[in-house]
Parts: sequence; structure tokens; C-alpha cells
Amino acid sequence: MIPEIGHLALIIALCLALVQATVPMIGAARGNAVWCAAARPLALGQLTFVLLAFSCLTHAFVTNDFSVLYVADHSNSRLPLQYRIAGVWGGHEGSLLLWVTMLGGWTAAVALFSRHLPEDMSARVISVMGLVSVGFLSFMLFTSNPFDRLIPGAVEGQDLNPLLQDPGLVIHPPMLYMGYVGFSVAFAFAIAALISGRLDATWARWSRPWTVAAWSVLTIGIALGSWWSYYELGWGGWWFWDPVENASFMPWLVGTALIHSLAVTEKRGGFKTWTVLLAICAFSLSLLGTFLVRSGVLTSVHAFATDPERGVFILAFLFVVIGASLTLYAWRAPKVGLGGRFALLSRESLLLTNNVLLVAAAGSVLLGTLYPLVLDALGLGKISVGPPYFNAVFLPLMVPAIFLMGVGPYARWKKAELPELAKRLKWALASGVVAALVLPFFMGSWRPLVALGVLLAVWVIAAGGMGLVARIRATPGGFFGLPRSYLGMQIAHAGVAVVIVGITMVTAYQEERDVRMDVGDTAVVGGHTFRFDGVRGMPGPNYQSSMGTITVLDDGVATRVLHPEKRVYTVQTNPMTEAAIQSNPVRDLYVSLGEPLGGGAWSVRIYFKPFVSWIWGGAVIMALGGFTALSDSRYRLVLGRRFRPRALRRKGTEAPAR
Amino acid sequence: MTPRKKRLLFVAAGLCAVALAATFVLNAFKSNLVFFFSPSDVAAGKPPPDRAFRLGGMVVKGSVERGGENGLTVNFVVTDFAQNVPVKFNGILPDLFTEGQGVVAQGKLGPDGTFLATEVLAKHDEKYMPPEVADALKRAGKAPGGAPPMADGT
Repeated sequence: MIPEIGHLALIIALCLALVQATVPMIGAARGNAVWCAAARPLALGQLTFVLLAFSCLTHAFVTNDFSVLYVADHSNSRLPLQYRIAGVWGGHEGSLLLWVTMLGGWTAAVALFSRHLPEDMSARVISVMGLVSVGFLSFMLFTSNPFDRLIPGAVEGQDLNPLLQDPGLVIHPPMLYMGYVGFSVAFAFAIAALISGRLDATWARWSRPWTVAAWSVLTIGIALGSWWSYYELGWGGWWFWDPVENASFMPWLVGTALIHSLAVTEKRGGFKTWTVLLAICAFSLSLLGTFLVRSGVLTSVHAFATDPERGVFILAFLFVVIGASLTLYAWRAPKVGLGGRFALLSRESLLLTNNVLLVAAAGSVLLGTLYPLVLDALGLGKISVGPPYFNAVFLPLMVPAIFLMGVGPYARWKKAELPELAKRLKWALASGVVAALVLPFFMGSWRPLVALGVLLAVWVIAAGGMGLVARIRATPGGFFGLPRSYLGMQIAHAGVAVVIVGITMVTAYQEERDVRMDVGDTAVVGGHTFRFDGVRGMPGPNYQSSMGTITVLDDGVATRVLHPEKRVYTVQTNPMTEAAIQSNPVRDLYVSLGEPLGGGAWSVRIYFKPFVSWIWGGAVIMALGGFTALSDSRYRLVLGRRFRPRALRRKGTEAPAR
Repeated sequence: MTPRKKRLLFVAAGLCAVALAATFVLNAFKSNLVFFFSPSDVAAGKPPPDRAFRLGGMVVKGSVERGGENGLTVNFVVTDFAQNVPVKFNGILPDLFTEGQGVVAQGKLGPDGTFLATEVLAKHDEKYMPPEVADALKRAGKAPGGAPPMADGT
């Protein structure tokens, strides 16, 4: 009964979405205030019904209702409760439901926090989001209904893929999706602005906080995915340039460019058409990511669907959305006009360079991700593009971008002076160079790439820190008087520096050893001695585990004991490696079991990973920076009514093109 | 310099930078493409020498041997049921590596015709046969019907 209620709720949500996609849009075009006003209740109603459907599916999982096909395929009565709940988004249908729920949540948030917006603007924004929702809800109802019954019902479920039975899965997909789908708000604002022809600084100020929010959540989502693959896949890698990772990384890169370009549009009225294009691209890449990951063209832990019908549906949807928005763009953008002039050296030009670099990076990832798929689809052979390509392309693109991160905040809008910049930045550069020359020696050996990484990290931190201090001195009220958006930017930039340190150190100084170990054997890795004390059997709730014991000795004294596991899950019977990691801020000790080699001996991976946790820590700092910027009083425009008169006064005017 | 000239210079510099970047990216792309070959392709001498490629097929049952000085060297034979290629790998095999199942290995062909793998790839799903492998088997006329065939022919 309850699954049928969920199914019905989805159908009602689709009907509401259809109305939401049309009525307010027509109302805005005809100036009909009543039709416009329908947008908000429709958005809230849609969220209510999508949430109802989501709760029904969760209920089916929690109560082990194996008469629902999706539950029978992805759960098991012996699966612990938290993984049964996470199992809701552990498969194709459920993850689509999560997508739609996130979209409903973002739409409702826009509906609630956009009361100060001109009525026709918010109506159009909500309408565009309704249109996206129509696409996804019909996709779900017509090709992948999570509430399909299994008749007769199964006695026991197929269990969740063991790789997904992990705390990482509980939070990684929701965060990632929230970020992905969040770009739909920026997209909807861009489309609404194109339709209305009102592309000005006010528009940028409205859409900026939403973009920053989506970007921050996406940052955390990607970091969680990286962290998950690090400890769950059992071989200590944190980024593989796997198409699935690239699918989430491309919208992130374009979203980062969008945040910076929005800043120029808001502050200087420049880059208007470019910003709109970026907003369209960011969301299109999110959709592309969904297509890549969910259509079955890629085979991985994420690719649940192998049904070609589904792939065709998403592909068609992708073409409609991208095609329609780019057509609209081509039609409307020429009327927008240019922004303010700026000199060859100015904050605008630096941000433009940063944008070009980020978009080039996203483009090269796109090439490396799509080319093999296209070649394969055309029957021209099977190839793959490995990490060396991405590494070779990324380094030269990111080095200048990161260098500019230090300069940008110092440069004046419109026109900056090189001597002044040089004067203000010479100490930051000097400290970077000194650190680059000296620090690597403390790690054991001086290497050019390490020096480059240290130089960039220290440069970003020093330039940012000095800028911050100067700004605090110049601000009445000191630190607490600083605009939060400025503080957020500095925090996010510092996060990038932390990530650089992590990547540089772990890449250069990690030690990886695969060894055969008999009971009592020792191996020295990263200055620590690892002693293998054997493996014994341990039962788990829905698996059988072989648990190893490895003692870490420092100067002959046992300091810690690690328990890596090899699990065989009872239902799906494939073995799973559970690494044991001893982590502290400057290094991880990473141990995982390979396979039994007879006579109690095992093959064992022992890794020493210096500074690896800085990679994810830095990403969290970046996201924190984003959240700090969100709390800026300037954006409270979105949440409160303080600046209401000004927002209204701007209504209907376009920033004068100079 | 007049503003007009300055602007032209700016545009020209931008175009040069884009061209340079594109050349660079495409170059890196070209030199890092990894091609996929089946054992039949290898027997026909298709893989260019001294270049890493991916080899895919089924692991022949009973062909897996361990040994070597550190005990971690693995030898096995990959087949598409038309041709066989011996593979040598030093390291720990992924969880889903099983005799009689599909495998994809990356590496180079040694002088004696043994494929020296630097990486053996595991895909995540236990029901999964790598599409490259399924395709290679099809081309060798041994299309997998539903369940993957056992490599020893049973």
C-alpha cells in the first residue's frame, strides 16, 4: 500500500511540475500577477509530494519490503539499518529520486528566500526549475520507477553492493547531488534573465549566493568521494581521473569560474554574456555528469543502469536542455550589451584569465572523458585516456591560475598598476621562494615539483594573509568589520593552498610497498616497522571477515595495532578489502590485505602517505569559505528585506552599457 | 599606442595563448592514448612496439601461478578463445580477479611475447564483464551468452 502511495505522490508531483513549468512563465510574459503568484505554492507543493515519495521508499527499505523490486535488488534483512536507509540512493531509481528531491528542495528554497525579487523574475526562475523537474520526474516514472512491484515478492533481498556499505555512501551522494542540482538555480536565474532581458548587476547579486552555496556543497561532495575511494578501494589512491570523477569535477571547475565571473558582473557590470554562458555550461555539465554516470555508458560502481532506453531518454533530455538554452542565449545575448571597460592589467583582466584557465581545464577534462566514449560509439576502436594525460594538462593550467590567486585580490578594478602590485606582493613572493628552497630539505630531498608546490602554497597563503592584515587595519571594527564575502574568499583561497600542500607532499614522498608476509615478518615503510601478526576469522552482521593484525613498531616499541580486513559478503559473495588507516595531521599509515598465499602468509600493502588528509581538509576549508561568503550581509538581500527598496528600484532597468 | 591597437594586441595575444594551449593539450592527449587489444590482435602483431596498451580477455582456469623472489609475482594466461597471451604481473591483484573471469591489464609486450602488466584493473561489479572483453570475445566468435563462459570451456 505504502509503495503505491509513493508512486501516486510522484505522479502528483509531476502534474504540479507541469503546471509550475507553464503557468508562472505565461503569467510573467503577460504580466498576470495571479499566475505569477502561483509559482511559490506550486514549488512548495511539489517538494511536499516528492518528500512523501522519498519517505515511502525509505519506509519500504526500513521495513524490508522485498515486494518492491528496487528494495529487493538493493537491500537485505541482515543489512544494518543505516545502510538500509542509505540503500534508498544506492541504486539507479533511488538516486534519481534523490536528484528530484534535491531539486524540489532547492526550488522551495528559492521560493521561500526570493520574496524581495520582482514577481516576474522569481516566477520565471521557479518555472524554469519546474521544467527541469518535469524532465526528471517523467524520466523516473516512464523508465525507472522505484516503486515497481515484484510479484511474487522476494523472501530475501539481493543486498547492497558491499562497496557501498560504508559511512561514506551515507553522505557522499546526497552532498554531491545537492551540489550538482544546486547549479540548476544559477541556470534558472540565467534563463530567466535571458527571457526577461534583464541581465544586470542586480541579477548577478541574486544568483551569486545560490551559486556559491551549490559550489560549496559540491566541493564537499567531491572531497567525500575522493576520501571514500581512498579508504574503501583498498589501494590508497585518492583521485583516478576516472570518468565518474571527471563527471563531477567538470561542473566544479566551471562553477568555480562562474563564481569569479559573477563577482565581476555584480561589481562592475562586466562579463555579462560570459557569466550567463558559464551558468548554462555549469548546469549542462551537471546533466552530462548525470547522463555519463547513470546511463550505463560507463561501467563502474556508479553505473546502475544498463537499460539503453534510459540512456536515450537522458541523452534526449540533455539535448533539449542544452540546445534550447543555447538557442535562447544566441538569440538574446547580443542584446545584453557590454560591461565597463577595463585595462590590460586590472582585476577584471586577472579574473578573465582565471576564467579562461578554469574553462580550458574543464574542456581538457571533457575531451579526455568523452573522446573514448565517442570513438567507441562510432565503432572506431576502444581506447582509454589515462591519468598521465590529465596530469600533464592540469599542472600547466593550474600553476598560472594559482599564481593569479595571489595577485587578483590586490589588483584594483578597472586599472591596476604593476609597480604598486610588485611593491605590495614582493614579500609574499620572497617568502614563497625561500620556503620552496628550504622546506623540501626537511622532507628528505629537494625536488623541483615539490619546490613548485611549496612555492605556490606559501605564495597563496602569504599574499592572502598580508592582504587580510592590511584590510583588517583599514576596516573600522577590525576583523569583525570585514565583509564576510571578502573573508570567505580568503578562507577558500587558503583551502586551495592546503590542498596543494597535500597533493604535493603525498605525490612526492609517499612510500608504497606490496610485500609477502609470513606471521612475524616485518617490513619498514616510511620510518615505521610493520609486523604481521597473522589473520583470523571474524563474523560480521552480513559478511565473514578475515581480520589481520599488524603491529607498528617505532624504535622497537609497539606503538599501535592496525586491523585490516578482507570481507566476503554472504549474499553477493565477492571479496572486499577494508583498509586499516592510522591517521594524524602530517601522515597516514595505510595497511590493507591482499590475498592469502598459503601457510598463513598474506600479501600485504603497506603505504606511508604524508599529508594526504590535507587534500580533503583543504577542500573542507574551501567549502567553509563558501559558507562564510554566504553569510555576507550583502546577500541577506536574498534572505531578508533590508535592501528591498533598492532591489525594487532596479526593476526593469538594464545597467547602462558603457 | 592607440586604444584600438592595444585592443588588437590583446586579442592577438589571447588567440596565441589559446592556440598554444590547444596544441599542448592535443599533444599530451595524443601521447597518452591507451589502445585496447585482444589476444587475437596481439597475435596478429597489431600493438605498436614499446607502447603501453590494454589487453583484455578471460583468465584461463588453472593458469594462475605465483612465485618470484618476493612471492608476489603472478603469471597467468589471458585468452579470447582464439589466441592466448601469457601475462606477468608483480603486485597484488584486485579483489575481483578470478580464474575464468574477465580481466583488463595495462602494460607492454615483452621481447619473449609475455605481456608485462603494470596494472591489472578491477571493475566494481561482480556480475560485470568489462565491455572491452565482451567485445573482444564477440570478435573472436565466442560471444558470451548471458552468463560469462568458463574459460576452460565447461
